[in-house]
Amino acid sequence: MVSQDDTFVEASRGIDDDRRAELTLGALVCLVVLLLLGMVAFVLREAWPSFAHNGLAWFGPGGSVDNQIQAIFTSGDLREAAQYTFHAWPIVWSTILTTTGAVVIAFVSALFVAVFIVEFAPDWLKRVLEPVVRLLASVPSVIYGLVGVLVVVPFIGNHLVTQGEKASVTPVIQLSGYSLLAAVLILTVTIAPIMIAIFAEGLRSVPRGWIEGSLALGVNRWRTYWKIAVRTARPALVAGTVLAVARALGEAVMLSMVSGSVGFAPNPADGLIFLFEPSRGLAATIIRNTEELSSPPMKHTLYAIAAVLLFSSAMLSLIGWAAKRPMKRYLVAGGSP
Amino acid sequence: MGLSNPPPVRWLTGSAAPAATLREPQIAGQHGNGNGRSPAHGFVATPRRVAPASFAIDRMQVEDLSVSYGSKLAVDSVSFPIRQGEVLALIGPSGCGKTTLLRSLNRLTELTRTASLTGRITLDGIDIAAMEPTSLRRRVTMVFQQPNPFPMSVFDNVAYVLREQARRRPKRAALRAAVHEALARAGLLDEVSDNLDHPALRLSGGQQQRLCIARALAADPEVLLLDEPCSALDPQSTKVIEDLIVKLREEVAVVIVTHNLQQAYRIADHVAFMYLGELVEYGGVKGIFGAAREARTREYVSGAFG
Amino acid sequence: MSAVGAPASPGAVRRSESSSSWRLSDRIGLGFAWLLGLLFCAVAVSIVIYLLIQGVRYVRPSLLVTSPSAGYTQSETGGFLDPMIGTLIVALLAMAIAMPVGIATAVWLSEFARPAGLARVAESTVEMLAGTPSIVLALFGTIIFESPALGFLSQTSGGIVFGRSFFAAGAMLSLVALPLVVSTVREGLQAIPTHVREASYAVGKSKIATTRRVLLPAARPSVITGAMLGVGRVIGDTAIIVVLLGATLNLEGVGGVPLLGTLRGTGSTLTSYIYDNAPTGDYNQPNKAYAAAFVLLVIVLALNAGVDVFARRAKELRWG
Repeated sequence: MVSQDDTFVEASRGIDDDRRAELTLGALVCLVVLLLLGMVAFVLREAWPSFAHNGLAWFGPGGSVDNQIQAIFTSGDLREAAQYTFHAWPIVWSTILTTTGAVVIAFVSALFVAVFIVEFAPDWLKRVLEPVVRLLASVPSVIYGLVGVLVVVPFIGNHLVTQGEKASVTPVIQLSGYSLLAAVLILTVTIAPIMIAIFAEGLRSVPRGWIEGSLALGVNRWRTYWKIAVRTARPALVAGTVLAVARALGEAVMLSMVSGSVGFAPNPADGLIFLFEPSRGLAATIIRNTEELSSPPMKHTLYAIAAVLLFSSAMLSLIGWAAKRPMKRYLVAGGSP
Repeated sequence: MGLSNPPPVRWLTGSAAPAATLREPQIAGQHGNGNGRSPAHGFVATPRRVAPASFAIDRMQVEDLSVSYGSKLAVDSVSFPIRQGEVLALIGPSGCGKTTLLRSLNRLTELTRTASLTGRITLDGIDIAAMEPTSLRRRVTMVFQQPNPFPMSVFDNVAYVLREQARRRPKRAALRAAVHEALARAGLLDEVSDNLDHPALRLSGGQQQRLCIARALAADPEVLLLDEPCSALDPQSTKVIEDLIVKLREEVAVVIVTHNLQQAYRIADHVAFMYLGELVEYGGVKGIFGAAREARTREYVSGAFG
Repeated sequence: MSAVGAPASPGAVRRSESSSSWRLSDRIGLGFAWLLGLLFCAVAVSIVIYLLIQGVRYVRPSLLVTSPSAGYTQSETGGFLDPMIGTLIVALLAMAIAMPVGIATAVWLSEFARPAGLARVAESTVEMLAGTPSIVLALFGTIIFESPALGFLSQTSGGIVFGRSFFAAGAMLSLVALPLVVSTVREGLQAIPTHVREASYAVGKSKIATTRRVLLPAARPSVITGAMLGVGRVIGDTAIIVVLLGATLNLEGVGGVPLLGTLRGTGSTLTSYIYDNAPTGDYNQPNKAYAAAFVLLVIVLALNAGVDVFARRAKELRWG
């Protein structure tokens, strides 16, 4: 039995509870936000010396990256004038190549596979494929790397690269199977399931009325699906692609296992052989050199690389958000009834 | 327009109809067809929109059609003709197979896996089961209950079918005339002609539905199927679309499913009354509403159930 | 795809539209979809089967219970008990931080979210965190944990804080799991219709009490789904482990205190074990790597199945 007075007291106590809770939770959220913003600030601060020393040439070519890394590291150890010279182009180029290659192949495949799974596959196949996609999306990248290094790399090294090709580049690099091709293939397999899952979800949420409407006008199933569903699901396509690019950029572990450990920039002008050339991306470079973090110039250089990665992923989020906005114009209904 | 009789009292039981307000047909078994009198009781006397149809060409023929979803029979041995030059209204309470029947006319029932058909439907003499569904659906198009314009501009919506059925993607200039014509036939041209790139979803409900009609007409169909097109619209838009339907009947055969008996009376030339999957009665509109043969029809039309 | 044959009798109906009447480009498109669909199946199946076969070949129960040891041949190097324990510790630690913080953030975003500016900033930050590569988080972790103030969370020698410990790895891994927990729990909370909340406010309950007593229990499947997704992400991460866990095969505790010592110490997890035993790693024992990969895959499979069950349960909770 609650009397008038009791209710009133309880209600006002409720408001106090709420205010306290709101402040506490809000403070916690603030803390998290500050922590993350602080992370960005710290990374940039640690990265600054490397950028300051090299300027824009940081991104440019010039000399062997591996030698530079070695020089930077040893200079820190010997406490000489710290060496900061670093021209990261070969590893930047490697990241661009692997990411672009993997995302393009994965996008096309994921789109068709998603359309297949949602609409055209027979029922029993649909029921099998959906959990398989989800499983593949959650496999740790180190396992993909393991399969890559134990299966794909030897296959490329022993069966795809000819002796002649190997001989032709021996003075510069070794074609042992650790290659751009292996990196792109495994990276594609790593990011495709995520894209398929997001694309399929987007396709499934297309209002049935539009599909029926198009079929009722005499347009065949394929065109209906392609023109209406894929077009409507474009926000999901963008979201999935952005997510996949972010994952591909930051992939350190798997790439360091299959792409080779040489800071070499494969040159497409070399002809098809460039696919077999080893390389190393930005993230992989960091992970390969973590033991050298104790050396200050090395630390600054690695943080500089991390800053580049951080900046790229932030840019990607922004692009994803900006790309979705104009699409809302056609997709959101709104008018006087 | 004055009413010769005041609106009569509605009777909830269909049987005891006061003789004073119900006129029995003089000749048993034959429908009256426009004797000028107001329709049966339970009905606000509504003026007809236009004169009855002047001609009628047989377009489609439904022969002994039955449709089942799994083991449940939705449509049971239905036969009737569909003619160009007239509007056919399918009336009946909810869930009695009207929409299923409509959807079987353009083989949209095939989208449901459990659906199965027996019987025959012909379009200009050819069995529609033997045609390609896509070509059938271009000749027999459908407008749905909820307006469903595609998430594109008005122009792209109407041009959709034209673009998809052409061998090569036609240029916009080539399509403009056809799009304008379809919009004009649907009575929408005046309202959107200043900006055909307006997003279709931003139109009002009535405009969207007329856009869907324009889109269906762009395919130049022979038969237009309408599934309760006005049920989601306000009275003003409903009036506009009803005028439109009556205007269109000369060019295409129109089949409209409707819950609204007044609407059926206003615009239909022939009426088919469906009850629990059966075609209870098929006949001219005056006959069905004035002096139906079957007791069930009379009861439904007088509002005894629905 | 192609029509099921239609008999000539008038009663029968063609089941589906035949693709033979379509334009060539449409047929190529459909063929491509089938081709890629089946190719994807083939690749997926072959990867999984390959790992299972190799795993079965090399997994032996003894591996699960013996610790790794230094040695030269595959038979001398022991099993991976320590890495397994390491995975467990790291997952528990990360979720112990991520769950409360994640749920609190989700509740704040969903139920309070004032001022609006802060809410938007918080959302964007969490989203940015979701897209940040874990190697960057790992480097950031070194800044935090190498600072003298946090020396108690790892070991110190000669005045330099080592900064590598289970604490460090667990803390950074919680950041990896956080966005997943926040988004899943938030979705679960937002799926609860307003009338449930209104009913609770109408009897005088405060917002926070409503959340605690009504909303969160109702969103429990989503909370569990978020937790499982987070755990899946955490145990699959290698970069943070490699950087922040120190690179010792065995769990090497620090100081006398039993649990705290282990957490302050270094070790390895299944993922770093695989990384180190791959041909590109320091130890290069492919057989052990396969065995560990098999165990890890089984754990991930189990988690996935769990997520399926709870996600379905979350969907079944229809309020409308």
